[in-house]
Amino acid sequence: MITVNDLNKQFGDNEVLKGINCEIKPSEVVCVIGPSGSGKSTFLRCLNMLETITRGEVIVDGFNLNDSKTDINMVRTEVGMVFQQFNLFPHKRVIENIMLAPEKVRKISRSDARERAIKLLEKVGLAEKENQYPSQLSGGQQQRVAIARALAMEPKLMLFDEPTSALDPELVGEVLEVMKQLALEGMTMVVVTHEMGFAREVADRVLFMDEGIIMEEGDPEQIFSNPKSERTKEFLNKVL
Amino acid sequence: MEGKFNWASIIDFLPELGTGLYYTLLISIVGLLIGFVLGAIFGLGRISRNKLFFGISSIYIEVIRGTPVLVQAIWIFFALPLITGYNMESITAGIVVIAINSGAYIAEVVRGSVQSIDKGQVEAGRSLGLTHNQTMRYIIWPQAFKRMIPPLGNQFIISIKDTSLLSVILVPELMFQGRLIASNYFNAVEIYTAVAVFYLAITLTLSFVLRYIERRLDVQ
Ligand SMILES: Nc1ncnc2c1ncn2[C@@H]1O[C@H](COP(=O)(O)OP(=O)(O)OP(=O)(O)O)[C@@H](O)[C@H]1O
Ligand SMILES: [Mg+2]
Repeated sequence: MITVNDLNKQFGDNEVLKGINCEIKPSEVVCVIGPSGSGKSTFLRCLNMLETITRGEVIVDGFNLNDSKTDINMVRTEVGMVFQQFNLFPHKRVIENIMLAPEKVRKISRSDARERAIKLLEKVGLAEKENQYPSQLSGGQQQRVAIARALAMEPKLMLFDEPTSALDPELVGEVLEVMKQLALEGMTMVVVTHEMGFAREVADRVLFMDEGIIMEEGDPEQIFSNPKSERTKEFLNKVL
Repeated sequence: MEGKFNWASIIDFLPELGTGLYYTLLISIVGLLIGFVLGAIFGLGRISRNKLFFGISSIYIEVIRGTPVLVQAIWIFFALPLITGYNMESITAGIVVIAINSGAYIAEVVRGSVQSIDKGQVEAGRSLGLTHNQTMRYIIWPQAFKRMIPPLGNQFIISIKDTSLLSVILVPELMFQGRLIASNYFNAVEIYTAVAVFYLAITLTLSFVLRYIERRLDVQ
């Protein structure tokens, strides 16, 4: 589903990603952990070209992202993204947030888009909120709407950038629950997270990033109970 | 003071003042409509990555903001015809002045409002596969437009008052009519007071309408 070869990203002189290699298979759930500033968000954002790639190769669903012939909007329709700050459209009602892209990008009819949106709202447990504005919802509810909005494009792959970091602790669970459900349904997911419990329980594989490289990767059991790298040990000691 | 001023005489001049009011409104409305279009275009120019578009927009805005409206009016009406050999009617010239002048300020309002929208909104739109233009149209513009209303209203009021300067290029607007009457009938106090009240009536009405629109748009 995703192949990353020697991905390098610089902001000016600041080399943020220093040669990332990885391979993510369909239906795999990969959690990315690591200290602040290690490049986790940048890595994720390179996967749907929210950041340009300085060097290396990123292939998503068969599309080579550095190929200038690749229609990036086309790739993005297959890659859903969920942000730390939700980024719902505040001027649109919940249902309109979800309907917008299917209507304008997938060009499906308004009634089909509405039907799809209502199904997704039911799925994330917010059926009764369709006519609210985002500002009328709690953070956890907003993030679930954001997930529904991304799912409405029927993506093959979902990227999550610390989806629960902006939430009050008591609201984290409801969002993780939706993500867990999604994982069970076989969605391919890349999740940057500080929720080690979630990573341990749901991830098929954990990547530990540090200073712009993938320092260590493995199945969650191995990473959490028996980390090989000193840096991973240090990091886990701090966060667990 | 009693009897010195003949306030009732204002009524005799209402037809002339009415004509003035008509031209003031005409020039304000048409000028500001064109100004809004110019503002939208050059405001987008200021956030464009196209260097030429950005450059032209910047020059336009700086030149207009850096020179007085009175100079712009006189230059367009008296100097420009000497260059182009083409005489403009004063009313047309008045509309052009208001349009060009307000356009530069509105451009800055547009730029500021668009830039004030959180970057995450663009990213959310683009990550859903919307094109740049679709993102602007469905996500950024509607939010930016709401934020534009207060500063836009401010600019409308300034431009309406600026139309009074067009009397020097012989536009038959309110101030022009007032000066004409006052110099013929020596009733400066009454007439200029009436003129001031007319301007106040226009600007207060506009303020009221704008506040209403703001409240309506703020439903959520
Ligand atoms: N747009 C940008 N321009 C310049 N530098 C940037 C930009 N975005 C990120 N950086 C830098 O890249 C480095 C990695 O940032 P990134 O956001 O990827 O880290 P992260 O691992 O996601 O951290 P966190 O856990 O705090 O979210 C940081 O040093 C940051 O300052
Ligand atoms: Mg981050």
